[in-house]
Formats: sequence, structure tokens, C-alpha cells
Amino acid sequence: MKPASFRYAAARSVTEAVDLLSEHSDAAKLLAGGQSLVPMMNLRLSRPEILIDLNRIPQKDGIYVERGALRVEMLARQRSAERSELVRANLPILAEAISQIGHSQIRSRGTLVGSCCHADPSAEIPAVLAAVDGSVRLEGSQGLRDVPSQDFFLGFFQTALAPDEVATDLVFPLPPAGTGASFLEFARRHGDFAIVGVAALVTLGSDGSIARAALALAGVGPACVRASQAEAFLTGKRAEPTAFAEGARLASQEIEPQSDVQASEGYRRELARTLVERALATAAARAVREVA
Amino acid sequence: MEPQDRVRVQLTVNGSEVSRLVEARRTLADFLRDDLGLRGTHTGCEQGVCGACTVLVDGVAMRSCLTFAAQLDGAAVQTVEGLAGDGDLTPLQEAFRRRHALQCGYCTPGFLMTATEFLRENPSPSEQEIRTALSGQICRCTGYENIVQAVREAAGTLQADQRRQA
Ligand SMILES: Cc1cc2nc3c(=O)[nH]c(=O)nc-3n(C[C@H](O)[C@H](O)[C@H](O)COP(=O)(O)OP(=O)(O)OC[C@H]3O[C@@H](n4cnc5c(N)ncnc54)[C@H](O)[C@@H]3O)c2cc1C
Ligand code: FES
Ligand code: FES
Repeated sequence: MKPASFRYAAARSVTEAVDLLSEHSDAAKLLAGGQSLVPMMNLRLSRPEILIDLNRIPQKDGIYVERGALRVEMLARQRSAERSELVRANLPILAEAISQIGHSQIRSRGTLVGSCCHADPSAEIPAVLAAVDGSVRLEGSQGLRDVPSQDFFLGFFQTALAPDEVATDLVFPLPPAGTGASFLEFARRHGDFAIVGVAALVTLGSDGSIARAALALAGVGPACVRASQAEAFLTGKRAEPTAFAEGARLASQEIEPQSDVQASEGYRRELARTLVERALATAAARAVREVA
Repeated sequence: MEPQDRVRVQLTVNGSEVSRLVEARRTLADFLRDDLGLRGTHTGCEQGVCGACTVLVDGVAMRSCLTFAAQLDGAAVQTVEGLAGDGDLTPLQEAFRRRHALQCGYCTPGFLMTATEFLRENPSPSEQEIRTALSGQICRCTGYENIVQAVREAAGTLQADQRRQA
């Protein structure tokens, strides 16, 4: 189908986008890569009266490492981040997660920030942001604010973005030395949305035990979630298969997945258990290599 | 800037300058097909899934059903019509013909544009890399095998493999 009629404005700066949003509030939508918004417009699930195109804003597509964090600007495309040496060297789990999003012709346009603002519960990038305790930087008519991921992702396609706010950056704090990470997901076909996805980070202490574990799951609830009981259990344990299996069992119990056309609740739990166990083992093995 | 119903865009399509006043909601796919008469770009799903509408914008493969013409002022668009310059097929098109990589042909423009970009970036890919690169294109006829073979042939990897085995 074709989108309903709308009026188009290409913002030349973030300030201009914020002004346009303030002026037209509910009638307007921001357009980044268009890889989620335009399908919804074509299906008439979304009918904005005004589309504010962010793509013409200059110098907002950078990826930087600064103050111990990876910062991704709003127009950085998923494909650039996936291929970025800076990302691969500093936060390889992000590149690993992005490579599982759709297909390269989607990632060439889709942005990381747009994925977080869209907030699909099975999306990869929000899960990585949640796993590293990252945040989203917002700019609105009231000024700037940094929102931690747990306060940003509120539910099914719902975020903390106010109607006049533009998300300008994602900030991913870099994990400490001795950390290994792994992103695993299961989808029926390569490139489909994940039924369940898991971001796991394991930090090993000098004695080889788990100093810290972080687990974020996608596809198991209205927004990506941290498996905090499993994380607490794993902390201090030796990094070995029995610990991973028990951590995975706990994670699969503390989540609250729903049944839908893709998979039943029980199937999602089982998938979560299997993926968490594998992701922990891979992350720990990578952490060993990191320590060595 | 005031939001507009219609937007003036000036771009190049297969090397030719085009200037048009387009309706804001005009997708690039419909702009190419209905405004410029370039019917080689096909549409299937209009939601990014099937890949039939894939074109190159500034050399990058993307879905023309998910991009608005209004966004493309100053861009260089290449469609399947722009591949064979003076009627000589590109090696990729030639390989599709020789390997029977199309039946009804509906998906073919999308496959050709995706594979054109892919081979430019990765001139000697493995079969697995080819399969991953083509995974965003749907074909209902061929069963994909001949398409993969054609891309391998165009990349020269097939000949090299056959030489190695001989
Ligand atoms: C075939 C196909 C397969 C896909 N598969 C996957 C997948 O497996 N996993 C996955 O995670 N995604 C998938 N996607 C979606 C893709 O990742 C999108 O790129 C992403 O969800 C949205 O990013 P975008 O830049 O395209 O944003 P847009 O589509 O332009 O915008 C999405 C939403 O975010 C808002 N928005 C965008 N940027 C900002 C900003 N800077 N500030 C405030 N609001 C903003 C928009 O107003 C809109 O509501 C797929 C898409 C397609 C077409
Ligand atoms: S018509 Fe564009 S991807 Fe199907
Ligand atoms: S040849 Fe018919 S869909 Fe591919």
C-alpha cells in the first residue's frame, strides 16, 4: 500500500527539528532511516500529517569513544556501526548484534538511535544498550537530558521520549577489562525479527571467578529486560558449565514472556534458557581470551 | 522551514539529470516507475521484506519502497536499467542469463542491484557470504541455487573453484 498524504520538512539542525516538533506536536513524526516508520506508513498503521526528515542534519552520523564510553550519533547507520573498527575493537557485541538485524539493505539506512526510539521488544540494539547500562541522550525544548536505558524503554514500542524531543545519541559505557560478551538470537529465517535474543557479558576476576555478569533479553516481554536474579546468582561463581546452566534456568524463570503467533510462552522460556546458557559460555570463553 | 505538500528535487537517475516537483508521499519506487517510466524496479510487499524494489542510492543498496523521492535532492540513483550501458550486459547479468538464474523475472532487478553492490565491495566472496548477501531478496521461482551460482560465476570464484578441482 501507499502512505497517506503528509507534508514534508527537512530539518537542518536538531534545534530546527525540536522547533518543528514543538510547533506541530501530535501531528508530526521524525524520520530517520525509515526502515520501521515507512513500512508502518505504507500499511497505514501510522499516518503522520507532517514528516520531519532528520537525514539532512549535518555532522550527526559519528561514532566516538570518549570518557570510557562508545557514543553513537543519531544518523549513524546500522551498517556503518557493524563495520566500524572502533565498534569492533571496543564493543564487539554491538557489531555482533547488528549483523543479526534484517538484511544489509535495511541496515544501510536504519539507524541505531531509530531502533531504540522505535523500541520493538525483540530488537537487538536496545538489548545491548540495556546490557551495558547505557543511556539515550535527548534534546527538547526544555533542554538536554540523559535517560538510562531502564528508564527509556517503557513497553511495547513505548519510550520516555517526550513529544518535542529528539534522541541525539546513544551512550554505551565500555565494559571493564577482562570482560567477554556474546549476542545470540533465534529467528526462523536469517534476518527475521528474533523470537528471543540474548546479550550476555561476563567479567572475570583475577582468580577466574565471575566478578560481574550482565544479561539482557529481547523478545520475552513488552520491552527488553535484564535477568537480575540470574546475574546475582552468577556473581562470585566459578565460570563453568554448571553455573551457566543454573544461571540460564533462573533467567528463564524470572522473565515473563507472552504467547503470540510467533511462539508460545513456554517455547520462549525454553529458547531463553538455551540461548542464555550458550551466550554465557561464549562470553566467558571470550573473557578468558581477554584476560590471557 | 515550512512543511511542504510537494517538494522540488533534482537528482541523477542512471546518470541523467532529473528535476521534478514530487508529492511528499511519493516513494522512490513509485517515482521511478510512474513518474520516470522506469518499470524495471518492481514492487512486491512495499514493507521492506521482499527486496524486489532494491536500487542503489549513491552506490548503496536500499529499498526504494521505504525511501521518499522528496528525500533525494542531490542524490545519484542507479536502477536495473542503468546496468547495461550500451546494451552490453554486465558480467553479472550475463551470468544470470547463462546460469538460468531467473524464471518469471519479477525478483531479478532486486537481486541484480543487491549483487552489484555486493560484488563491488567483496569481489571474491565465499558461497556463504553470497548466500548471506542475498538473504534479503525473495524469489518464488528459482529455488535460489542458480542465482547463487550466477553470482559465483560473476565473481569468478566458480571458475577458480572449477580450475582448482580440475
Ligand atoms: C525487512 C526488515 C527487517 C528488519 N529486521 C529487524 C530486526 O531483525 N531487528 C531490529 O531491531 N530491527 C529490524 N528492522 C527495523 C530496523 O532496524 C529499523 O532501522 C529500526 O527499527 C528503526 O530505525 P530507523 O533509523 O529506520 O528509524 P525510522 O523508521 O525512521 O523511525 C522509527 C521510529 O523512531 C522515531 N525516531 C527515529 N529517529 C529518532 C530520533 N533521533 N529521535 C526521536 N525519535 C526518532 C521515528 O519517529 C519513528 O517513530 C527491520 C526492518 C525491515 C524493513
Ligand atoms: S517492495 Fe520494497 S522490499 Fe518489497
Ligand atoms: S524468478 Fe520469479 S520470483 Fe524470482
